[in-house]
Amino acid sequence: MNTNRLFLVATAALLVAAPALAEDTITIGFTVSQTGPLNNDSVSQMRGFELWRDEVNAAGGIKAGGKQYKINFASYDDESQNVRVQQLYTRLIVNDKAQFLFSPYSSGLVATAAIISEQYGKVMLTTGGAEEKTYQLGNKNLFQVYSPAGQYLAGALDALKEKNPKAQVAFVYKDDPFSKAVAQVTRDLAKRQGVNVVLDESYSPSTTDFGPIINKVISAKADALLGGGHYPDGSTLARQLYDQKAGLKWVTLLVAPDTPKFAELGDAAMGISVPSQWAPQVTFKPDFGPNAQELDKRFTEKYKIGAGYHAAGGYTAGLLLQHAIEQSGSIDQAKVSAALNKIDVTTLFGRTKFSNDPKEHGLQIAHAMVVGQWQKKGGQLVKEVIWPSAARTADIIY
Amino acid sequence: MIGVLASVIDGVLVGSVYGLAAMGLTLIWGVMRVINLTHGAMIVLGMFIIYFLAKATGLSPYASMPIVVVVAFGVGVATYWIAVDRVIGRPILMSLLATFACNMILIGVGTALWTTSPYNVPVSLPGISWQGYTFTGTHMMAAACAGLIAGLLYLFLNHVRYGKAIRAVASNREAAELSGIPTRQVLAVTFGIGVALACAAGALIATLFPFTVLSGSSYQLKSFVVTVLGGLGNPAGALLGGIALGLIEGLATPFMPVSWTPIIEFALFVVVLLAFPRGIFALSRA
Repeated sequence: MNTNRLFLVATAALLVAAPALAEDTITIGFTVSQTGPLNNDSVSQMRGFELWRDEVNAAGGIKAGGKQYKINFASYDDESQNVRVQQLYTRLIVNDKAQFLFSPYSSGLVATAAIISEQYGKVMLTTGGAEEKTYQLGNKNLFQVYSPAGQYLAGALDALKEKNPKAQVAFVYKDDPFSKAVAQVTRDLAKRQGVNVVLDESYSPSTTDFGPIINKVISAKADALLGGGHYPDGSTLARQLYDQKAGLKWVTLLVAPDTPKFAELGDAAMGISVPSQWAPQVTFKPDFGPNAQELDKRFTEKYKIGAGYHAAGGYTAGLLLQHAIEQSGSIDQAKVSAALNKIDVTTLFGRTKFSNDPKEHGLQIAHAMVVGQWQKKGGQLVKEVIWPSAARTADIIY
Repeated sequence: MIGVLASVIDGVLVGSVYGLAAMGLTLIWGVMRVINLTHGAMIVLGMFIIYFLAKATGLSPYASMPIVVVVAFGVGVATYWIAVDRVIGRPILMSLLATFACNMILIGVGTALWTTSPYNVPVSLPGISWQGYTFTGTHMMAAACAGLIAGLLYLFLNHVRYGKAIRAVASNREAAELSGIPTRQVLAVTFGIGVALACAAGALIATLFPFTVLSGSSYQLKSFVVTVLGGLGNPAGALLGGIALGLIEGLATPFMPVSWTPIIEFALFVVVLLAFPRGIFALSRA
């Protein structure tokens, strides 16, 4: 009897002591589209997360409340599908005990992840999701890093009007929550500004044959095209517009032209503009963390490819979470959430402030978009910033 | 008006490639009464073969077509012996399940090897411009190849001894066997040709549009519609059916949102089935 009791006491002591011996970690959960159409952009975003984690852990971790926490990621492949996002975020919270969450990439998937994160009351920083509706459903713990969809094409429309106020504009966009939200808001804005809208069509996300739509664009005698969706359809549309010599003087596509991979299209990429959450050339002076050029340099060293805005957004999500934890001095959900609500800072990404209005909690209200355009510089395709004028690095090509 | 004409011409060009895809499906059905549900996977296989050939050798995809056809034929014959041979003559459901199972296996292996990310075969050919509209070189070349392959098949089936043997087996297998034709071998070869046609169509589609491992299902669906339009078991009808489908798509798209096109296609499918009630599963060979 005595040895048994001794054994029990010893085991109990070990169990109590064990956690104290383990390192303090924070587990952040998220899914990545390792497969499926969103692969290209989602992996860029993940690399942003990972670069931030590696730098934080190399510096000893996040300091809060007298402790140092190392960052641990739990992540899975969501296959670019809503169903998988739903299953995996539940798993991340329940099985992997993730304390904080990053969102998947793309508004559609973010909306699904938000349902789960709100159900379990977990703080989630959303990157890669611009659709506003997600934040208007009465959430408490969502924080949007990107500028909302409504702002996406406003800059591009202004740049176009500077060159040709009488341009005939065709809206051709993917039928998914993000692209539709952007296109429809911009189309209404264009009509209010007296711009001539000659075509307004959405295409199914799985479209690979844009021939019929492009013929319609030609028939409508459009000078400019605004729209697109994400990488696969955007790059295919760009290529086919070039092959079919659609004769457009201005093409602004969402997302796709903003990754370095777009340059592979060669001449088809020339002149194509893209609204961007960020560009490596921006000159924001950050309150903390690296500036844009620093980040681009570190990213290129690690991944041998330049940082696009997806990666910058991912990195910034990490920075903001870190800042909130440090400011609140704890990893308690409510305290970190309160700290995030109070934030009004400038990072490499630009100014960040989350809306506290319960009707649209977490909506990004301070960040501004830039417009980039692919131009030839010394024979090479480079993406220059053409809007707003304050951030311009090259003239607009029309 | 010109816009509609341009749309129709483009539709016909692309439609001929869909027709080529459907020819494989209809040939297999016509000869051995098997609905080949691996059709979509075989189209994708053709896409991947041409992708890797173009990447490895740097040859023009059109020059690599003969290799695609030969490899696909081999795959088709192998598939026949492994999965289809033992269910010939049995209830239709069995061959349906056998080919469906094969399809799942092929797509599963494909996803494991190549993931579901999009792939692209970069091809650049000068197009013809007319009144502001351009018919891309790739569309025209694909239509030309489809026509050429269809023509070769026609010659084979009607003027080459073995081709005539295939038609004999399609007409009456017992009589053909009694005439000394090795019908089992003929069935295997026919399956191989059917798969080769699907792969060739896939290779041509790859030069036009990007593709993923899962692209096959939409083209398989189109093939079914085309097969019904053109008459079951009739390869020439399939090609014409494909062109007809392209024509209809081309006529419809200038007047309505492009996303309504599938509605038109499938409404047509239903109408044709209603008007010709023998349907896909008719067993009578009248």
